[in-house]
Amino acid sequence: MAWKDSRRSRSKLLLFTLSITIGIAALVAINSFKENLNYEINNQSKSLLGADLEVYSQQPFTEEQMSFIDSLGSTRSLQSRFSSMIYFPQTGGTRLIQVRTLEGDYPYYGEIETLPLSAATDFKTGAFALVDETLMMQYNANIGDPVKIGQLEFQIIGKLQSIPGQNSINTAVAPVVYIPHQYLVQTGLVERGSRVYYSYFFKTDQEIIEEEFDETYETRFEELALRYETVDKRKKNTSIAFNNTTVFLNMSAFIALLLGSIGVAGAVYSYLGEKRRSVAILRCLGLSGRQAFYIYFYQVLTMGLLGSLIGTTIGTGLQLFLPRLVEGLIPFSIQTRFYALVALEGVAIGMIVTVLFSLLPLLSILKISPLNSIRAEFESGGDDQKNLILKSSLFGVITLFLFSFSYLQIQELDQAAIFIGGLFVTFLILWLFSKGLIYLAKTMVSPKWSFLLRHGIANLHRPKNQTGLLIITVGMCTMLISIMYFSHHVLLDQITMAGSEERPNMVLFDIQSHQKPALETLVTDFDLPIVQDVPVVTMRLLEYNGITKKQASQDSTLEIPDWLYNREYRVTFRDSLISSETLTEGALHPYQANDSIFISIAEGFAERQEWELGDEIIFNVQGALMKTYIGSFRKIDWRRIQTNFLVLFPSGLLEEAPQFHVLVTKVKDNQQSATFQQAIVRQFPNISIIDLELVLKTIEEVLVKISFVIRFMALISVMTGLLVLINSIMLSKSQRVKDSVLLRTLGAKAKHIIAIITIEYLALGSIASLTGLITAHLLTWVLSVTLFDATYSIDYMSTVYIFIAVIIATLVMGLLNMRPVLREMPLTILRREN
Amino acid sequence: MSQILEVHKLSKTYQSGEKNLTVLDQISFSLEAGKSLAIVGPSGSGKTTLLGLCAGLDRIDTGSVSIAGHALDQLSEDQKAQVRNENVGFVFQNFQLIPTLTALENVMIPLELLGDKNALQEATALLDQVGLADRKNHYPSQLSGGEQQRVALARAFSNRPKILFADEPTGNLDEETGAKIEKLLFDLNRDKGTALVLVTHDIELAHKTDHLIRLKGGKVFESDLLSQTHAQS
Ligand SMILES: Nc1ncnc2c1ncn2[C@@H]1O[C@H](COP(=O)(O)OP(=O)(O)OP(=O)(O)O)[C@@H](O)[C@H]1O
Ligand SMILES: [Mg+2]
Repeated sequence: MAWKDSRRSRSKLLLFTLSITIGIAALVAINSFKENLNYEINNQSKSLLGADLEVYSQQPFTEEQMSFIDSLGSTRSLQSRFSSMIYFPQTGGTRLIQVRTLEGDYPYYGEIETLPLSAATDFKTGAFALVDETLMMQYNANIGDPVKIGQLEFQIIGKLQSIPGQNSINTAVAPVVYIPHQYLVQTGLVERGSRVYYSYFFKTDQEIIEEEFDETYETRFEELALRYETVDKRKKNTSIAFNNTTVFLNMSAFIALLLGSIGVAGAVYSYLGEKRRSVAILRCLGLSGRQAFYIYFYQVLTMGLLGSLIGTTIGTGLQLFLPRLVEGLIPFSIQTRFYALVALEGVAIGMIVTVLFSLLPLLSILKISPLNSIRAEFESGGDDQKNLILKSSLFGVITLFLFSFSYLQIQELDQAAIFIGGLFVTFLILWLFSKGLIYLAKTMVSPKWSFLLRHGIANLHRPKNQTGLLIITVGMCTMLISIMYFSHHVLLDQITMAGSEERPNMVLFDIQSHQKPALETLVTDFDLPIVQDVPVVTMRLLEYNGITKKQASQDSTLEIPDWLYNREYRVTFRDSLISSETLTEGALHPYQANDSIFISIAEGFAERQEWELGDEIIFNVQGALMKTYIGSFRKIDWRRIQTNFLVLFPSGLLEEAPQFHVLVTKVKDNQQSATFQQAIVRQFPNISIIDLELVLKTIEEVLVKISFVIRFMALISVMTGLLVLINSIMLSKSQRVKDSVLLRTLGAKAKHIIAIITIEYLALGSIASLTGLITAHLLTWVLSVTLFDATYSIDYMSTVYIFIAVIIATLVMGLLNMRPVLREMPLTILRREN
Repeated sequence: MSQILEVHKLSKTYQSGEKNLTVLDQISFSLEAGKSLAIVGPSGSGKTTLLGLCAGLDRIDTGSVSIAGHALDQLSEDQKAQVRNENVGFVFQNFQLIPTLTALENVMIPLELLGDKNALQEATALLDQVGLADRKNHYPSQLSGGEQQRVALARAFSNRPKILFADEPTGNLDEETGAKIEKLLFDLNRDKGTALVLVTHDIELAHKTDHLIRLKGGKVFESDLLSQTHAQS
């Protein structure tokens, strides 16, 4: 019976199945991909570090430190890394690179991949270098060519293809060059104040268990001012680095499923709409409401299962391609696997969505009275109490399901709450807007308007209008899809640099104080501007409000992370703000002799640490302790190319401290950039140069890749959204067609009918799209602040595009619906009784 | 007197599956302006089809139909719509009111399409004439069958048509209401000089008209009307 009945309106059922299919496919694909990612992070965590343990310091190891290191194990390698310039004598090219010196058999897990293979070990036998493959390509270098690093010349022995734990973004910004450790001193690049990281990599006989290790050694490491990283720590950090990506993926999955759900409800609703008459007649013939309900429930269940299965299959297939999209963004390769649990979850969620979202319209079946066979328009009054209770409890269950789903997907309670809350608010706003529009249409229409305008607008409030349904579904889809685009924009905006052609494009750092006069002469010789010249002093945080690192790590309720004490603070001093800064709280206090020292902290950073004005911070400035108080917070636009600092000291204190300088300038073109860099490298081999043009270009390449992933997700949403739209509009198709045909028999021309429909759908489309966009902006703003930890910025282009696209899509669908009116003969349609 | 409706060798074949079903076969007749004509015949004999073709609501296979001198088979759909708007009123077997419009709005449509500035007043007057002035803001679903049919009549007359097609206008109604509708029809026919083409099963009603055509199996079985061309040949 159930199947027999579905015969006539199978296209509607197909729409319904498609909604489920696409939603579940996206969900399964994303979740499988996430599983793959996690699996690889777990599986390859050892090769992320390349060893079981890394112990590092920014000073050469002391004797005391060495004896401790000896006690940790003997299978170890020594590496140092620092930024420097490389010079290709044959072509004259220079570029900032990361130099790594190596001694020992590192890596113990994973590989340094080189071409030829043997070069990975052979380079340690003499003055040889392994040079990043892309870098060699960029500078036309070949194996056997010489390169100069600092004061030494090395011969390229192999192309460096991959290093444990490095993705191609890292290496593109600062390409790596390996040289043997024994040449480190001879390069002349290690001077006091230059930032060199010295690491020992250990391979241990036994697996290191993070907690035990921490307990045993943490204090000792602290006493010795050494830092360390275990495999587990690296794993956590890697996962954190993917945080935004994961949030974004979760969001996409959530959105895909929601769109699918809306599709389900819409399709079932429209399917049943066509069936009302048949149900009424069947009920006249003696079918009970319950039986009628089950006929359709089984139909929907079968199609839902089919859709879920197909969706899961497609999703599983799709995930095979996802890793290819993110290649280069991730510091390891991803092997795709089939996750039975994810697939099972896909089918299960598909079925839950089917049941929950089809029940909503299905409940109305119970309500169809036999009277409906006599008078199609018969409405059996309002909901009776039983139905009302059923409906409200269903809404409750749906909300609960959405919440638990988002929680399971995101694993964070507050984020899930944001999603659900946002959804609820959007729904409410859309509902209010549709009510408002109906009211407006009712009261606004004036007899003075032209016939067509009057009818188009009146259609918005007339019986069986689509205003509520379309505004809510189209608005919801617009909102969901826009969020994808808007948050994409926000995320990208974090990395892209603001500013115009006028922005400076070259930063020189690690300038020693004694080099400054000579360097400034060189810059003026090249006729280049000194946009900024900033002194930098490095220091460490010793105590915050009297809390030492030891106390902080012992008392976890303080919630002060280790790294706050571990990191090196690069601080400058001045008594005024620069253009990328604005004061948000407090004031800059210039230093007065024998008075307290007031410093200024970057706002976002302080907020995250919950620092407040007046907090006391003691810094260790290269041996000298300085007690300071937070005197103000500054908001910093990090995207400006400026030298920005978390911590700002007043002048008059640090002038005599050991320091280096950063100089910002602007070169005119590539040619000038090259000659200028060569001159610097020759005269000041220790000074590093960042060519921002180059960095920007690299970042852009990466962004193209990320955009691709996001577009792919957005495409899925758009597809589901279109399905929902088709669905919603098809709902009233037969009604609208008949109305229009009657207009035609009364003498309306095609253009009249088209005009009326156009006006109606233009109004609907623009209101729905506008509402969806506004709520999307609101939600993206909330997401940016809460989840992405990013500054919100409006994506004007997408806003305009989406606005227009949604209106056009609505209009086109509405007009396509009217095709029968223009194609078929009026009598044929009039004969069709509904 | 001029001919308001001329039908010449009109045939209509429907394709259902692989079979061809000839519903109308070489029908010819013509009707003078202001006269009334009844079409009778058994169910399925093609009455509705004929009426639909005359009003330009369906595609003519062979033959011709002209209304007030407009040859329908040579007109585009839009032009046919305009001819209908200016000349034709139509009352359907099953009322065919636009369910999303109120009674008043239904009646106003033809006037509005004509660009009549006084559509509101005229439509109100018409509804008053059919005794539904107090129901003008009701939707069709809130009206009884007879009331709906009266609205349909008011709508059919609103554009002051030269010819009115009525497909079993009383078929769905009880005797009393049916009689009221009949009276309305003939009154309007007489007062406004509108030609009337009436499909009915009611022989009594059929005999009140000036002319009568009996259809059977898609052919004219009996007629007191011949098309002019037919008569001359
Ligand atoms: N679109 C169509 N396709 C196939 N056959 C059709 C179509 N429309 C009508 N017919 C057939 O044409 C014949 C004439 O139909 P029509 O509606 O004109 O009859 P009628 O004389 O009005 O009958 P009734 O008195 O029952 O209203 C019928 O047999 C009908 O089945
Ligand atoms: Mg008929």
